[in-house]
Order: sequence, then structure tokens, then C-alpha cells
Amino acid sequence: MALIEITNLKKQYTSGDDVVEALRGVNLSIEAGEFITVMGQSGSGKSTLLSVLGGMNHPTTGEVEMAGVKLYQLPGEKLADFRAQNLGFVFQSFHLIPYLTAVENVMLPLAIVKMSSAAKQTAARTALERVGLGSKLDRLPSQLSGGEQERVAIARAIVNNPHILLADEPTGNLDSKTSQEVMALFRELNDAGQTVVMVTHNPENGAYADRTIHLKDGVVVDN
Amino acid sequence: MKLHNISINNLKRRKAKMAFLTIGLTVGIATIVTLVTLTRSMSSDIERKMDEFGANILVTPQSNGLSMNYGGISLGGVTFDQREIREDDLAKIKTITNHKNISAISPKVLGGIKINDHDVLLVGVNFESELKMKQWWKVFGNEPKSEHDLLLGSDASKVLNVSSGDTLNIKGETFRVAGVLDQTGSQDDALVFASLAKAQKLLGKEGKISMAEVAALCSGCPIGDMVTQIAEKIPDAKVSAIQQVVEGRLKALDQFKRFSYAMAGVVVFIGSLIVFVTMMGSVNERTVEIGVFRAIGFRKSHIMRIILLEAALVSLLAGFLGYAAGMGGAKLALPFMAESRNAHLVWDTTVGFGSIGLALVLGLLASLYPALHASKMDPTEALRAL
Repeated sequence: MALIEITNLKKQYTSGDDVVEALRGVNLSIEAGEFITVMGQSGSGKSTLLSVLGGMNHPTTGEVEMAGVKLYQLPGEKLADFRAQNLGFVFQSFHLIPYLTAVENVMLPLAIVKMSSAAKQTAARTALERVGLGSKLDRLPSQLSGGEQERVAIARAIVNNPHILLADEPTGNLDSKTSQEVMALFRELNDAGQTVVMVTHNPENGAYADRTIHLKDGVVVDN
Repeated sequence: MKLHNISINNLKRRKAKMAFLTIGLTVGIATIVTLVTLTRSMSSDIERKMDEFGANILVTPQSNGLSMNYGGISLGGVTFDQREIREDDLAKIKTITNHKNISAISPKVLGGIKINDHDVLLVGVNFESELKMKQWWKVFGNEPKSEHDLLLGSDASKVLNVSSGDTLNIKGETFRVAGVLDQTGSQDDALVFASLAKAQKLLGKEGKISMAEVAALCSGCPIGDMVTQIAEKIPDAKVSAIQQVVEGRLKALDQFKRFSYAMAGVVVFIGSLIVFVTMMGSVNERTVEIGVFRAIGFRKSHIMRIILLEAALVSLLAGFLGYAAGMGGAKLALPFMAESRNAHLVWDTTVGFGSIGLALVLGLLASLYPALHASKMDPTEALRAL
């Protein structure tokens, strides 16, 4: 069975009298260990797909089943718990917490986990070392370059060993050289067994993935 | 990394905002502490002063008579079976349970006597306690010191045509007029005051007294209890509370308290508003941050805990600072506010703990809605807000 099964996913947004259909019946299967890039023009529904996949955006209809769990049938805060235990997010603008150091930012997902402080520190250091930032643990985000901030964001996303790593335009704010380094890092993580689903508008990023899904007007046009 | 680390680090980062919030709350708490402490200190001063201003318990002989006077006009009366109070019995007053509340006991012996062919009412008093109890008396001349010293009411001095330093002959004994009272507008104006022992001898009432006035310190004012206790100790006496004094005193204190509570209410409202607006602004500024928290799996309750912990820490600090500043303010203001110079500041641990507790409750209540608002943020919407 696939790690992620998306069945007839539809998402509508209402704005006044207008109804915008962001996703119009998406069906998708993602296997464990796959590296998938989702591409499409602005407004194609790729970010909506990622947020629905990440358990943050209830679909209008359809189902997302992840590791045997139907996400949107989880009661109350169980969905938040599922995100904490199974998902890692990398955002386009990094979204690091400005008043926390690199290592503290990486420890953030562990703040709600019952672990000793030492174990949290070790996990965060290991994650930062994996992304090549073992020497900048105590830097604040403002003291890091864009590429380094992205690496911290990736370390934060993998520190809890998630089933799936979801990335939304992770190279959108980086120069081409740094973008390549970051994509190489995603590839490296995937080679180590990490499932990666990445939304990107950059066709070059597709080269790092196992599979590229093209979305247009809320429909998968090429899988 | 725990949730409290996030709260503490955020407070450290937003120093200016948090300082503003702390100052706002501190000013509120300080105002309340100052008001409450000033009110208490002034109340205590007033209580003390009012206690000094006169008796609030009257001990008179038991009688089955009805007095017939109203507004100072006496139409005589019928008195029979009148018993007398022995001077020795007064010592028993100091053995009552609430003896610590007794500020002064002023025994009096009364009797008509002829001086220079005038009928006057001679009052034997213990000058020390009488002068302590009647602080509004203004004496021209000197206060009586020896057994042969007299103190005359203003009308009495005019009728007898004597002033301080003159002498008077009573029943063959020579007395010196030590002082004359300024007009009081009361019955005291017509009286001749002598020492208790001498008056008892002149009136042939050795060891006996006509009445005693008792001034009770009124913190808590168990006047009713004290009346009962004195009546039990001196069964031959009629003990009654002077209700006007007690009620007037309570009314004055009540007005002070009401003013204090009204001001405190306004300050609490303004303080809450400051906390609410600042916390709401802080939450709105942190929309993206809260979106990230929610995205990585923080529950709504985790978000609320972060916000409320920040509010609690600031409130606790404001509580401590507010108490210190409030007591400082009260200390500075008391000399200007209190009527007497020797009014002292009332230090009360209840106010200390109360101010810290109030700051905490105020901070948490005012932050509850911002915290709920933050916890309900849709992570997708929050992240899109950038």
C-alpha cells in the first residue's frame, strides 16, 4: 500500500459571491521513499495540495490517507498530533522564529514531545550537522545567510524523523547556487530514505526528483 | 526546549513592548496599592484620632429614673433607687476581654457647690485622662497639676469673674485657677473642674463616682461586646455605647473605602485594557509564528499556554514592581494626605500578596481572549498572512 493515497480531492474557496475551485478532483499515490516535485503555474493549486496533504487545510471533498490514517477523519487536536509525529514542513520564507537560535529553532517541534532536554539537544545538533550547520548552532536567524536559514528550516523539519517531508517552494528565495546546494541536500535526505514532496515552480528542481506531478487549474495533468 | 523557553525568549526579544505592558500594569497595580494603603493608613489615623476625640462608652449608675432634657434644656426628672459606682469598680473595666481596646477611662464625680455665692456644678476629674480624651479643649493658662488647681469653663470663669492665676475659696480651702477653657459650646462651658479626689472630698463622695467615660480604640470596634463585658464586671452600673460616635466613625471609614474601591475599579479597567490591547497586538504581530507552531503540530492548548505564560510572567513582575512603587507612592503621599503628622504607613502582607495576585489575575484574564484568538488561527491562513 502507498504511503499517501489521495482520492478525489476537491477544495473550494469562497470569496464573497465567487467560488474558486483550487483543486478539482485530484487522485494521487505516493510511495514511501519517493521524491516528488509538484509543479505548475501560479494559481494551479499546488500550494493548496501541499497544505491539504500536510493536514492543515480541510478539503471540501475527498480523502487523504497517510500511513493508513485518514487525516481528515481524525478528531480535534489529533490532527495536530499527527502533524507533530509524522510530518516535517519547509516553508518558502523559512519562517524561522527570530528570537530563537538555530539549535532552538530546530528543537521547536520537540518542545511538545516528552523527551529529556539532553536528548532534544542531541537530536537538534544531529539534524543541524546533517544539513551542514553543526558550527552555527547558537546563531540567531538574523546572523545566518538565506541558504543557511533554509538549512535550519530543513533541520527543523527532519528533527522528529517524519514520515514525509513537505516543502513549499524551498528555493524560491535563494540564488541559483544556493538553490542547487539545497536541492542536493533534499536529494541526500531522500537517498537516506526520507519521503519528500516538494512544490516548486523551478523546472530545474525536477531533475532532483523521482517523479514530477504537473498541476493545471486544480487538476493533475501529468503524473 | 520547552514551551516556557519560547515564552521567555519572546519576552526577551520584545523588550520595548513588554516593558510598555509591564509599566502599564505596574502603574495600575501601584495606583491600587497606593490607594488601598493610603486609605488604610488614613483610616487608621482617623480611627486613632476619633478615639482621641472622645468617649464612646458611658458608664453611669443604675437608676429607674427618666431624664427630662432635650437639646441641652433640662426640665428636671424623676430619679429613684439610684445606686452609685464605687471608684474601685473602675479597675474592673481593665480586666474585660477586650481591655486592649480601651484607650482611656475618665471617671467623674458631679455635685452642686457654692462658690462666691454662685451655685456651680463641680466636676471632679482625672485631668490626665480627661485632657487625653478631650483633645479639642483649648486651655488658656496652664493645665491643672496639683490637687488645688482648678480648670474653669468659659461661662463659669465669667460668672465667677476669675481668670487663670486667680484664686477661689471653696468650703474654706483656697484653690488656684490654673486655666480657663476656650468656649466649647457644650455643657463644659458652665463647669468647674477639680481633681477627682479633691472634688470627692468637697462633695462628700469619697470613693464614689457619678459616671465614667470610656474611650475605646476602634480597630474592629467591638463596642457592643465591650459594653456587655463592662456591664458584667460592674453589675450596678448602666453601660451604654454612644451610638452617634460609633456610627459616625463607621460612616467616615465607609466613605474612604468606597472612594478607594471606585478608584481601584477604574484603574483595574484601564490596566486590563492596556494588557488586552498589547497582548492582542502582540498576537497579531506573531500571526506567522503561530502559524508555524500550528503547522509543526502544536495544539491549540500549547499556543494558549505560550501566550498566557508570557502574560503571567509580565503580570508577576508588574505585581512586584507595582507593590513596591505603590508603597513608595503611599509613603510619599501620606504626609500630604493625612491630617496628623504622626500618621504611619500600614504595611499589610495581604496587600502585598493581593497586588501580585491581582496583577496575575488581571493579566491572565485580559490575555485570555488574545490567547484564544491565537490558538484558533488557521495555520494555512496564518502562513499566508506574510
